[in-house]
Amino acid sequence: MTSIELRDVQKFFGAVQVIKDMNLKIADGEFIVLLGQSGCGKTTTLRAIAGLETIDRGDILIDGQPVQNLKCSDRDIAMVFQSFSLYPHMTVFENIAFPLRATRMSKADTDNRVREIAKVLRINDLLDKRPSALSGGDMQRVAIGRALVRRPKAMLMDEPIGALDAKLREEMRAEIKRLHVKQGSTTIYVTHDQIEAMSLADRIVIMHEGRLQQVGSPTEVYARPSNLFVAQFVGSPVMNIAPAEVKSSKDSAEVGLGGGQNFGFPSALISQLDAARSRSGQLALGIRPEGVLVSREEKKGYLPVEIHLIEPLGSYDIVDLKVGEQLLRARTRSGYVERTGDKVYARIDPEQTHFFDTASGNSLGVRL
Amino acid sequence: MAAVTTSTERSLNRLAIVGVLIVTMIFLAPIYWIASTAFKPRNLSTTIPPTVVFTPEVSPFVKLFTKRSQLRTPPTPEEYAAAPWWERMVFDGGEKVVRDGKGNVQWSGYPSRFMNSLIVAIVSTILAVGMGTLTAYGFSRFKVKGEGDLLFFILSTRMLPPVVVAIPMFLMYRAVGLNDTHLGLIILYTAFNLSFSVWLMKGFMDEIPKEYEEAALVDGYTRMQAFFKVVLPEAATGIAATAVFCFITAWNEYAFALIMTNRRAQTAPPFIPSQVGSGLPDWTVIAAGTLLFLLPVAIFTFLLRNHLLRGVTFGAIRK
Repeated sequence: MTSIELRDVQKFFGAVQVIKDMNLKIADGEFIVLLGQSGCGKTTTLRAIAGLETIDRGDILIDGQPVQNLKCSDRDIAMVFQSFSLYPHMTVFENIAFPLRATRMSKADTDNRVREIAKVLRINDLLDKRPSALSGGDMQRVAIGRALVRRPKAMLMDEPIGALDAKLREEMRAEIKRLHVKQGSTTIYVTHDQIEAMSLADRIVIMHEGRLQQVGSPTEVYARPSNLFVAQFVGSPVMNIAPAEVKSSKDSAEVGLGGGQNFGFPSALISQLDAARSRSGQLALGIRPEGVLVSREEKKGYLPVEIHLIEPLGSYDIVDLKVGEQLLRARTRSGYVERTGDKVYARIDPEQTHFFDTASGNSLGVRL
Repeated sequence: MAAVTTSTERSLNRLAIVGVLIVTMIFLAPIYWIASTAFKPRNLSTTIPPTVVFTPEVSPFVKLFTKRSQLRTPPTPEEYAAAPWWERMVFDGGEKVVRDGKGNVQWSGYPSRFMNSLIVAIVSTILAVGMGTLTAYGFSRFKVKGEGDLLFFILSTRMLPPVVVAIPMFLMYRAVGLNDTHLGLIILYTAFNLSFSVWLMKGFMDEIPKEYEEAALVDGYTRMQAFFKVVLPEAATGIAATAVFCFITAWNEYAFALIMTNRRAQTAPPFIPSQVGSGLPDWTVIAAGTLLFLLPVAIFTFLLRNHLLRGVTFGAIRK
């Protein structure tokens, strides 16, 4: 039973603050993914929890006990590194047994534990090999085995599959998920790959420039991004963002994206938008490609637009539409639009529309 | 993977092999000269042109290890017949083996000088490599204030010919009673080798990814344990290479050994040429002493040859 908590954690590298007021509670057995671009402080946060970095202010609590002044060997936390860091002078068996030797476990028990975990990870027949003789996927399995064998309070993983090729990455992702379900240990996983984050996490923690941006379940983070950064970072293809001009009349509202054409919106949004607008100045509209509806025939509420680019992706196409001076990316059935330069009709699904304050980047929370 | 080679490349390869052979022969020529002289009869050792074909004999080695004096009168046939085979060789050279009152053979100075060389070289190598490894680890892994300046200072001890400080060192050593002691030479050679050892080991340490230690730290080990269990085995290649170089430097050092020692702690390098001076130089004995002196370095390097090869640790870290 392990919970981890970060309280007002601050970390400086010289004059640069890499972790800013980090507050986070991680429940027992939870799979948390720290997601962000490189240099956003996610790895430093992970290393601080492991004890490989000191923090300048704040508390790190494991099971309610502050550990920020404990050495990493006293925190009982295991870590898997991106580079795997298998000891090259030891066999796979010795690598996995290494953490147990630190606890002076008896030879028979060590042997049992190593073989047990090797079976779970399906690496029993590799135990006598050296790391240099292993494939990338097997190296990673060994690294995970070494982390799990001690039955640590928590598992930390720093981009553990970032060094693998795409196909293997997918395979290992499923394996990590399977292991987590089986072992149920509290896990913190660092990645810059949002697909990895979405597929693995119970909750995603999005970081940017050392600051926590949003914490939530994958669906929550995807459907209700709290600011422009999260909106654009999560989801592929990226959410469309455009400066919006809201014009309201009695029973309808229009949102212009420049170029004289306005998309109609239900008036229910107006009062909310009006209230929000009084607080902030310029608005930005965000819509994911699947929220841009495309029709080949003219329909009510649809605006004529020109097809600028088509990217066929197999199961669906991504189409760039020219709306005034803006480009909107839409997701269509594969082959639905045929040629660039064609004229089609498009509208923005009001239910999937997000509004942001351009100045602060924060979501206005205005939803239909 | 077999690469495609053209006929020009093949003939170039052959040419390169011939070149390598010639260079190797140039390098091996002095060693051959010493080795052949060590087994020559004395009268053939200085012939011009050099004698290449001769019946090898071990008399130079017998003379090397025994204390001898010039024969005033030749031995009587009884004396000659009673002498063991090796003593006859000395008689044949116009000398006799010196014995004490009880008739025990007196050893020459060579074995003890050889032992001195071994003691001084081994101990100073262990010290220089040990301290160098720890220092290099510190510089490589921790933020040391003034790191660049300190490293430069360490290197600067190598920036003048060591013999420049020989006289002051001699005076200081005499004052503190380190003259002609093993400890004195060990301290001296350790100090010489330390800068070299630190710099070489720092290069090796920098190449060992620090993730290994971090992995060991989260695996429940202290930094000291991580150093001994993970870093040291990884640094074996570097340690072996550094040890070979330090050993060779200490083993071959001549100038300081000549100045600082004369009997008790004298090493082999100043002793061997001192044999030239007594009577007519016997080059075969000097060659025999030199040949034996070459062996430890050759053996030491041979024993460490596996560690001198790179690539033992290749491939366990993904970059």
